[in-house]
Amino acid sequence: MAITKEDIERLADLARLNLTPEEIEKLTGDMETIINYSMNKLNELNTDDVQPMEHVLPVRNVFREDICEQSFDREDILKNAPEKAEGCFLVPKVVE
Amino acid sequence: MELTKLTACQAADKIRKKEISVPELTYAYLDKIIELNKKIGAYITVCGQEAEKQADIVQKKFDKNEELPLIAGIPAGINDNICTSGVLTSCGSRMLSNFVPPYDATVIKKLSQNHAVLLGKLNMDEFAMGSSNETSWYGQVKNPWDPERVPGGSGGGAAAAVASKMACFALGSDTGGSARLAASFCGVVGLRPTYGTVSRYGLVAFASSMDQAAPVTRDVADCAAVMNVIAGYDPLDSISRDSGYEDYTSFLENDVKGLKIGLPKEYFSGAVQKEVKEKVLDAAKVFESLGAEIEEISLPLFEYALPAYYIISSAEASSNLAQYDGIKYGYRAQQFEDLVDLYKKSRGEGFGEEVKRRILFGTYVLGAGNYDVFYNKALKVKRMIFEEYQNAYQKVDIILGPTAPSTAFKIGEKTVDPLDMYLIDAYTVPVNLAGLCAISLPCGFDSSGLPVGMQLIGKPYGEGTILRAAFTYEKNTGGNGGIDRGV
Repeated sequence: MAITKEDIERLADLARLNLTPEEIEKLTGDMETIINYSMNKLNELNTDDVQPMEHVLPVRNVFREDICEQSFDREDILKNAPEKAEGCFLVPKVVE
Repeated sequence: MELTKLTACQAADKIRKKEISVPELTYAYLDKIIELNKKIGAYITVCGQEAEKQADIVQKKFDKNEELPLIAGIPAGINDNICTSGVLTSCGSRMLSNFVPPYDATVIKKLSQNHAVLLGKLNMDEFAMGSSNETSWYGQVKNPWDPERVPGGSGGGAAAAVASKMACFALGSDTGGSARLAASFCGVVGLRPTYGTVSRYGLVAFASSMDQAAPVTRDVADCAAVMNVIAGYDPLDSISRDSGYEDYTSFLENDVKGLKIGLPKEYFSGAVQKEVKEKVLDAAKVFESLGAEIEEISLPLFEYALPAYYIISSAEASSNLAQYDGIKYGYRAQQFEDLVDLYKKSRGEGFGEEVKRRILFGTYVLGAGNYDVFYNKALKVKRMIFEEYQNAYQKVDIILGPTAPSTAFKIGEKTVDPLDMYLIDAYTVPVNLAGLCAISLPCGFDSSGLPVGMQLIGKPYGEGTILRAAFTYEKNTGGNGGIDRGV
């Protein structure tokens, strides 16, 4: 399967990744190699009658009692914010 | 006496006999870090003052003859994808190069409750994606056995620090083999616990269906001791196992009589280096001479684990890493036009090449039209591989093979074609995919003097059996395949 620069640009847009022209060039070739390797390899196996397996070990939903517990201090959480104001995360204007 | 040569168990003994003090031991490690870290690059952050303070506190407890856990006062290094309150946790990424967590991971809480001394945070491949430590934003870690070679990855800092005596033990992580592979390349011990055994709370998510923190230690006894500290139920991890934990040190018995060890013929053909194969087969002979039964088995699906692993882990990574958007924490681009542009530029500048490659591949395999061909197909192959191992364990107790197809390779040797690098993981990823546990330990050296690692793979929750076998091998060979040589 051939992967084009446009494919990579579309994927990068979906993944919200800004790529330089050099990166797009390199990643186009890399992705083609990885995609074809994994597809061709797995297609050697007939999996028609196999159920997909999400969890290898039995998992069940975990509930706890709905009790108030100590949480993080707002100031501690905001310490890592790139920009903040009045106890909130600051983002660029989104509504015109 | 060189204090940094002591294993954790040996040092613990000498502390209790008052032959050495916790501050002496801690200073010895801090001196070693000053001496070697520039050359090896294992640490991203060194917590010297905090370590000295903690050492004094623990020593005072010993002076009052308090009963303390085995790892009390033992200096440890922590992989930089494990959250440490108030200490930079970068994941080896520019994206988190300013991230100081306001909380401790559960495994860190457990180390603190056991009064370990934390020396600092260890270098790693960016977000644990890599097999050679060449993708870290903080630079290449060098292999202590040969600085022109890689230490393995992603936990290169952890394995290199333990091997070069810059930490008595380390906590790494193992999503696809990171702890075992690096342990193998650096000649130390690394254990991948069964999924659900060690809490993931505070371990930065890469591929959540496989992530586990992992001990990296000098020897097998230390490995069991560290497992005793970090394993256990945690209500903060939804897949944490709520019962069935054992005293891992109780399995340290010098006895493999009657143990059935399977050698999968697929692990010993194809890409594996001749010398690696020979050393692992020599180890099989050691087990046989000690009364274990060696049986050749076949795992024909072995070669399909790697593509299935890369599809599943990249899909999960692309989803997990969507949280890094430059809003709440982490790197934010300086120049942007609007909100979407802020996301794209922050992520474009914050992530390195390998992480971008995996995010794109993960986005691709989850795309409408690709989902069935890639992601769903990989989940089906995962079931087939899971069943193949389950069947194998009807016949044998343990599976033995190489940890990696080669010994440590040269820096830059495998960075041109990403597939070359991914193939290094072929021997470790089946364990993660099939929900098994495994320990990597040294079994000799190749002709260039580089350590060879072998892997003992156990059933789910079979840590006890692999620890017993590993301990027996080490006891009867002196470790390192019988060659007494340090870095």
